[in-house]
Formats: sequence, C-alpha cells, structure tokens
Amino acid sequence: MRIDVDHHAGLPGVFVRVDGKVKINARHMHYRELNNMVKAAASEGVEEIVLENVYGQRYIGSGIRRPVRIVVHGVPGNDLGAFMDGPRITVDRNAQDGVGNTMNSGLIVVHGRAGDIVAMGMRGGKIFIRDGVGYRAAIHMKEYRKFRPILVIGGDTQDFLGEYMAGGLVIVLGLKGKGRRKVKFNARHIGTGMHGGTIFLRGEVEDHQLGKEAAAVPATEEDKDFIRPFVEEYAGYFGANAAEIMGSDFLKVYARSHRPFGGLYAY
Amino acid sequence: MLREARFRDDKEFSGCSIFGMMNVRGERFNGEPVITAIANMKERSNGLGGGFAAYGIYPQYAELYCFHMMYDHQGAKEETEEFFRSRFEVEGAEVIPIRECEGVDDPPLLWRYFLRPRENLVCSEEDTDDFVVQAVMHVNVKIEGAFVFSSGKNMGVFKGVGFPEDIGRFFRLEEYEGYTWVAHGRFPTNTQGWWGGAHPFNILDWSVVHNGEISSYGINRRYLEMFGYICTLHTDTEVIAYGVDLLLRRHGLSIRDMARIFAAPLWTEIDRMPPREREVHTALRQTYGSLLLNGPFSVIISNRHQMIGLTDRIRLRPLVAGRNGDFMYISSEEAPIHLVDDTLRETWIPQGGEPIVAELRKAAEEPEEAGAQVITIPATDRA
Amino acid sequence: MKSYLLPQFLVDRDDYRCIRCEVCVRQCAFDVHWYDGEEDAVFADESKCVGCLRCVTLCPTNALVVRHNPTQHPPNANWTKEVLQNIYKQAETGGVLLTGMGCDKPYPIYWDRIVLDASQVTNPSIDPLREPMELRTYLGAKPDALKIGGKEGKLSLETRITPQLKLETPIMFSAISYGAISYNACESLARAAAEAGTYYNTGEGGLHRNLYKYGDHTICQVASGRFGVHADYLEVAAALEIKIGQGAKPGIGGHLPGEKVSAEISRTRMIPKGTDALSPAPHHDIYSIEDLAQLIYALKEATHWEKPVSVKIAAVHNSAAIASGMVRAGADIIALDGIRGGTGAAPTMIRDNVGIPIELALAAVDDRLRQEGIRNRASIVVAGGIRSSADVVKAIALGADAVYIGTAALVALGCHVCQKCYTGKCNWGIATQDPYLSKRLNPEVGARRLVNLLNAWSHEIMEMLGGMGINAIESLRGNRLRLRGVGLTQEELDILGIKHAGA
Repeated sequence: MRIDVDHHAGLPGVFVRVDGKVKINARHMHYRELNNMVKAAASEGVEEIVLENVYGQRYIGSGIRRPVRIVVHGVPGNDLGAFMDGPRITVDRNAQDGVGNTMNSGLIVVHGRAGDIVAMGMRGGKIFIRDGVGYRAAIHMKEYRKFRPILVIGGDTQDFLGEYMAGGLVIVLGLKGKGRRKVKFNARHIGTGMHGGTIFLRGEVEDHQLGKEAAAVPATEEDKDFIRPFVEEYAGYFGANAAEIMGSDFLKVYARSHRPFGGLYAY
Repeated sequence: MLREARFRDDKEFSGCSIFGMMNVRGERFNGEPVITAIANMKERSNGLGGGFAAYGIYPQYAELYCFHMMYDHQGAKEETEEFFRSRFEVEGAEVIPIRECEGVDDPPLLWRYFLRPRENLVCSEEDTDDFVVQAVMHVNVKIEGAFVFSSGKNMGVFKGVGFPEDIGRFFRLEEYEGYTWVAHGRFPTNTQGWWGGAHPFNILDWSVVHNGEISSYGINRRYLEMFGYICTLHTDTEVIAYGVDLLLRRHGLSIRDMARIFAAPLWTEIDRMPPREREVHTALRQTYGSLLLNGPFSVIISNRHQMIGLTDRIRLRPLVAGRNGDFMYISSEEAPIHLVDDTLRETWIPQGGEPIVAELRKAAEEPEEAGAQVITIPATDRA
Repeated sequence: MKSYLLPQFLVDRDDYRCIRCEVCVRQCAFDVHWYDGEEDAVFADESKCVGCLRCVTLCPTNALVVRHNPTQHPPNANWTKEVLQNIYKQAETGGVLLTGMGCDKPYPIYWDRIVLDASQVTNPSIDPLREPMELRTYLGAKPDALKIGGKEGKLSLETRITPQLKLETPIMFSAISYGAISYNACESLARAAAEAGTYYNTGEGGLHRNLYKYGDHTICQVASGRFGVHADYLEVAAALEIKIGQGAKPGIGGHLPGEKVSAEISRTRMIPKGTDALSPAPHHDIYSIEDLAQLIYALKEATHWEKPVSVKIAAVHNSAAIASGMVRAGADIIALDGIRGGTGAAPTMIRDNVGIPIELALAAVDDRLRQEGIRNRASIVVAGGIRSSADVVKAIALGADAVYIGTAALVALGCHVCQKCYTGKCNWGIATQDPYLSKRLNPEVGARRLVNLLNAWSHEIMEMLGGMGINAIESLRGNRLRLRGVGLTQEELDILGIKHAGA
C-alpha cells in the first residue's frame, strides 16, 4: 500500500488577515520561520493569531510580551509557551513536553493531553489541560510576591507530580473516560522534595504514593471555596460540570516543611 | 577502519529521535511516512546519523539471510565475498540502489547479498542463527574495511551519516514496502563520521534504535562479556541489542521479563507486590542487576514479529504510542504520529519501564502463525 | 635494665588553665597523670603516654596538649627514629614487636589516586534527595540465568535462588571479636547493624547470649580456633563466615591472652576462664582447596542450606586464583581484607609487610571471576582501609558488592587509632575488658554514632551515584568506566582496569 502523507497540506506559510485576525498555515514550516511570523503579527497589534497544521513546531508563544490570543490547530512541539509573558494560547489537540516551561504570565488551554514536565519552573499565569499529563508535572513550580502560577489538570498524572514544588497551585481533577468519573491516582512520588505550594487531588492516593517531604489531608470547605473559581474556569473551557466536580472530596497535598533538607549536612 | 574509535572515548554519546510504525496485519507500505515522521523531529538530530530498519521488504527472498554491506575499498569487498562463498550459497549479490542526495557525502561502497548457509556447515535452526552471528562477527572484526550492518531475513537496515530524511531519500526508501518501519535521527556529541555508527543497530532480525545515554554502560558491557559478547562499537545501542539477544533468545525470557530487567521496578514497588510476584521481581533484580539500563533511554526494539517500545524506569526520555486501526506507532514525540496519520485519535504515554508491545496478528511470511496474538496495550493514561 | 626508649609523646599542661579537677588522672588507664596534693599540681609520666587523647578530649578547660616528641635522632634516612626505637625495645625485652589497628606505612593508597565521573549534558545527573536512589544490595550466589514460568499476573519462579543477605546500604561492620573489643562495643555494632538494615560480624570470639536477639543482622564467624562455635551460634546467624585470614596478619594465627578471658568471655568462647585463647594459623581441617569445600558444605548442611557462607581471606599475591578456587568450592561471598586492614593485636613486622593493597586485589579478583564467567556465583566484599563514602563508591565501581568497615566503625565509637589495642587498656572503652573502662562506652550512644555514620555515608553515596546519573547501586558495581586514575603508572592502571584521567 502506498501512503501519501501530504494530502492535507495546503500551501505552507500562507498568511491571511480576516477581521483583525491572522491565519497562518504552519505546514512544512520550521519553528523559527513560524515564530517570526507570529511575533511580527503580535508586535503589529494583531489580537488573534490562528495557526493551522501545526505539527511539532517548538517554542510557540515564547518571546512575546503582549496578551495576544494564539490559537493552535494541531500538535504543538516541545516548550510551548516557554518563558512566556502574556500571550493566551489555546491548543485544539494534544501538546508535547515542556508546556509552560518557566512561564511568567499568560494562559495556556490544551484541549487534550500534555506530555512531561508541564509547568516546569512556572512562576505565574495559568495552564488548563483538559486530559492527563505525563511525568513530573509542576516540577519546581514556584511563586514570588504577586506571581502565583496555577495549573489545572482534568485527567490523571504520571509519576513525580509536584517534584521539588516550591509554590503555586496545582489542581488535578482525575476526570477519566466518557463518564469522567473520579479516579484512583496511580502516580508515585507525588510531591517528593516539595517545600511550598499546594496540590489538590480529586481522588484517592495511598501514603506510599506521596514523597516523604509531602503530607496530605482532606480539603476543607474553605479549601474548596478557594479552588472553586479555577475549577469553574476549567469547566468553562471544556464544558465540564463544575458543581458536580466540586461535590467530590478533595485531598490537599502540602509541604511538610519549607526547609526539608535542613538537617542533611554536618557543619 | 574508521569504526576503531577515532577518539578514545569510553563510548559515543548521542541524543536522538526515534520513530516506529507497524501494520499489525502485516500489510506492507512504503517508506514515505516514516521518512516524513523522522524529518519532523529534525530538531532532535544534528545531521551526523540517520537510519531505518524495514521488515518485509524482500518477500521474494524471505528464506535467505540478507547481508547489507559497507566497504571502504574494493579489496575489502573481494575478501568478504570470498569469505561468503566459503560459508554460504550466494543466491544474489547487487549494489544497493541509491540516488545522489545533498547532505549525504562520501558513502562507502554499499552492497547486499542474499545468503543461504551451506548445508554441510549447520544442522539446526538455532545453529544457523549462531552460524550467521559468527559470520557477522568475523567480517566486522577480521576483515579490514568491511562492515555488515544488516543480517536478517526479509528485512534490511539502511543507515549512514546525514539527516535521516536525506539518508531515506539516498537509499530510495519510498520505493520499498515493508510492514514494520523503524527510524532514527542521531545527535552524536562528537563528529565521528562513520556510517556504521548510525542506528539502527542490527543482528539477525533484531534491530534497535535508541535515544539517551546509558549511565550503566560500563557494567552492562562487562556483564555481557561474561557471556561471550564482544562490544566493538562503543555504543549503548550495541549493549541493548546483545542484552536482548541474551535474555530473549539464549535465556528464553519473555519481553515483559526483559523490560523488568532493563527498566526494573524500584525496590519500594517490589516490596509492595504480592509474594509470588515479589519473589520473581526480586530474583530478576538479583540475577540481572548488571543489565539494568540505568540512566535516560527510550528505545524501539524490533524483529520480524514485534515492535517493542520501552523507556527507563523513571522515564527520563520521552516515548509516545499511538494506534489507528491496524497501525501502531511509537515515537519520541507526538506530532509526527499525527502528521503521518491525520485520522488517528488514540495516543498514550506509557509509564516508565512499561513496555509497549505491538505484535503481528499474522506473520506476513509465516501464515501458519495466523491469529497468534494481538497487540498489548497497557491501560495507562489513554487519553 | 635502664630503658633507652624516648617518650613517644609529650604532655603540655597549661597550669593557668588547669583547675585540678583530676579528670585526666581518672581517665588515663596508662597512669600518665597524677595529682600531687602537697604542691597542688598535676604531673605526667610521659613515657607511658600512648597518644589516645582521652585526657585532652575530656579536659574541661582545654589545659592539655599532647604532641609528638620532637626530639630527633641523628639524621639518617636508613636508621630512622622508628627503627632505632624498635631495636631498643626488642633489646630490652627480647620480644616480638606487637601493635594494633592497620598498617600505618605509606604504601600507595589507590583510593586517593582514583577519581569519579559525573554526568554533564548528555545524560542528566539525578537528584538523590527527590528522586528514588537505591542502595539495596543482596549478597550471595546468583544463578547464571533465570527460568520464569506462569502467565502474566501469575508468574512463578522456577529457578531456586540460594540464600541471600539483604543490605539496605552496601556497608557492613567487619569481624571484630568479643575479646578484642568490649561487650559494649559489640552491642553498639549489633544494634547499629539492626537499625541500619545491615550486618555486623562476630569475629572469632563467639556470640554473647544477650546479642542473640540481633541474630538476623549478625554474620557469625568460624575461624581456626572455633571459639564459641556451637549449634545455637550457627543457628542464630544470618550468614556464616569462614575466616582463613585477615589483612593485618595474613598467614598467622591469633592469641587472646588469658588475663582477658573474663567470666563472660569464657562463657561466650566456651573455654575456661583465664586460659589463653589460641587461634591456629591455618584451619587444621583445611590444608587445600577441596578441604575448604568440605567445610563450606559442612556449614551449609549444619544450617539446612538456609544461610549464605562467606569465606574471608587476606589479600595476597595470588588472590585472584585463590578467589576463583573459593567460588568453585562453594563460597557464596568472598571477603577480601587488604594490607591496611585492622586488628586488635598483630606482630608489627607482619602487619606492615605482608599482603597487598585491597584496591589491587579487588580489581584482580573481579576481573578473574569475570574472565572465568563465574562472577555471579559469589558476591565480593572488601575490607581493609575503607575510610569514607568515596572509598566505598570507588570499591563498588571497581567491582565490590559491598564493603566491611572496621577501623572506621571503631573511630565512630571514639577510637583515636593509637594502635595500643593489644594492651587492653583502651581509655575509650572499646578494646578493653576492664569494666571500669568499658562502661565509658554506652551502647545506646555507640549505636547512635554508628547509625549516624552509616546514614551520612549512605547520603553521600547517593549524591555521588546521582551525580553519575545512576539510581541503583548495581549499575555502579563493576562499572569501571566511571573511574579514572590520577598519577598512576600504566601497569597500575591496567591492573585496576581503569583509564588515566583525561583519557
């Protein structure tokens, strides 16, 4: 059998303006070419940039400091929104590794799953992932003064969620399958090395799934009031039932200490 | 020969992209989508190595071992051919078809041979495999300027120095049809420009493509040496290939047991297992601890029946799997899977150390195995 | 006879700081210090001082300094002060020079000529504080291959795994007998081994009844004297070790003088109180390799094949061939003790001149067993001069499964390596049977100090492993590519099986 992989290509790099929007066919484009076009449009003051046929182009949204809307049709490459400071990105399919790496501000909404190290070192802004994520989500996420990063994950996560986490808020809803029922989390080493921030899990974990620097308690009503707006925002993006989700019990994972390794050294 | 390391490194390091695509009904397809997919991950390689393994490409010679050869000079070719004639019936010999291609320079002489071991020299089938392995080792170690880079039946490896898509065009892979294709784009950290050093690494019909560096290489290699494997290429990939051969062919272990050795569960997990399972896992780590592949890796191991994806136990290298009807995909990144199969919707990320095993429902060239087994998909994070 | 010996140490006392509390007087079992009431002053007989620093450490006002006697003999590279003093001592006594602890001669310490690797870019270092890092080690014979039956989800092991010792960290406490050290020191070691998930070794002095409760963490030694070896002793042990030799005194036996054979030691060793406990140089049932096999299988039979059997030898010239024979004779663990290994008492000339450095022996043995394809059939444990976690890491990378520490463990308990263990007057309460002295070592505190040491070393090992991008100790074992030599000859590098730094 002969497989032709180019049937849906269209003309690469075509740049169309419609009602203050810009549309770019990213097919066959190298990321530098594509990102240069996106940056140029953003600096012109365009409000919305629509990227079509995106297949693995890296660093989309990086190096832009305006709150421009970027709509990605396709699967963006690694480091989506890395070091990003302002843009609002929507992805209509899955994202790869490194979403929101060291992100400072802005918004990323992924209508699918994301890969490993989502929100690594993220310091501000919000990320909403409709489905699950891979390893080491929110690794070394941190907060500083007015910067407070928020990551909401609709599905499940793999191991090392919140590793070294130093600040910020992570909410994992554990919605799965068509029924989007609550799950038992399988992730291991949750919050290992955690020394700040909070993780809310809608579902159960056993003690051995937590890193030794993390502790878990049932979330109080007050806690739930605190996370409700973010769950509602999630529901708004993806059409979930926020009230039903908030009707479940949540677990709150926090750092046992801000200085977990204070006793390690012999002075 | 150039394979003698130009630098005295313990081994070569390389980062990489890997991609595999299989039709589990054994229906054959051209090399185009695999070239496209690996080209899509260009950022992961640096033009110093690319390669492909394709299964089912020589159905007219399915019973013969096909040796793909690299020769540095005519003398090596003559010496090798004389050696072949002494051990094999040479049923076919031809230049591997190529086309000029920008970015692919100074290729060695590339030939392929279809060989049948001389009947008076071998008795059983296992014996035949060992006979062929010995012939490969003989050429690679003893004949200066000659290198066997593919030695399986009804399959072939195509590799060289260049970006993988250029290597694919160079070898005219869009003209071949196979039911399993595996590809590799390489990012070595030195400039050793030896064609044989590219992936896949192949022995018999086993091929390995690999991303990452194995920090335990030193002991993996010393362990394999106890079993008579001589590692000459100074690559992680070589120890993985020999490890596969030892565990599956010689020790008769299953693919899952192999995964439990290469990417062993942590002791804390083993301690929580039910007693019998704990006993098995403990014994595996005790016995095969020296074959734990420690450090970041993702790998695709293939043979004529299977395509196996595996990452290290704490998943320091990425791997994504996808399925659409009869097609199974394993890739370093997700985008190329969608790029070559736009109607595909099912992709998932396996847990670290959990193998993805795609198996032929019906071995294309061996119909008696029809209905053997279907694909195994771990129930992890299917989004 | 007038002694020509010079005091080895001088004791300087700051009279202004001294408050006449007489702590030094009470603490010194060698009777160096005395208080003169008439003069209200404390004096010292420096000829008796061994330099153990007990008085210095406990003096509440830091009034004491003990220093090497700086007096020089006439300069002579050949007839050094040490040589001359030894001759005076022997001329005065007619005796064999005796010493304690390990060889103190400046033979090359290869650990200090080997450096470790770390990951940069091409593979990530692993953060041991947050990521899993496994030091668990199993000692014992491993099969060549496994056979696994059953289906996924219902697997069954069809190969029998012979008994194994499970260590949570690859460090054990070396064989030190009750007799050589005090009961409190033995209890400290036993408790620490149990708490840290490792093992201590009884040495050849039997096992005190009170310590049977730590049996799961005890390796019971069977030496040539067979002291205290009886059915209960074999039964209670986690593993047995046949002691052929030790690094401090290869080829010779031992001698616990009758005055140390107290009531408790008599009971433990099962010999009459006050008699000399003589350990013959060889086992008189082992005159050849097949006899070793006979003893190994006798011990296995006596313990129903439920315990691994270790065989300990001193590292000597032909260690590689000997070790190969030991494996073929059925040893599950090979313990190698190098020239720097310690002792409670050994003739000085033997200690300082017989045997080879452990690093070279280890490299040779690991290589030989691999060449013969039998490395998996026994674990290798090395001893003799392991001083730090870095030495442990280097030993494992050279090919050891685990290490024994003896001197380092005693130092953790307070030992200051004065090398006078054989006098039985250890002021630190370790190498003594004098109840007045031994009660200075509280086993609870002792165990805490030892556990702290093991924890600290284990952390450091994890840091080094993580730096190399390795998260399980088995991936370091025998991984000599992660080692490089500095300032070694090609021959030394070849024996160690490592490259020179920069190569």
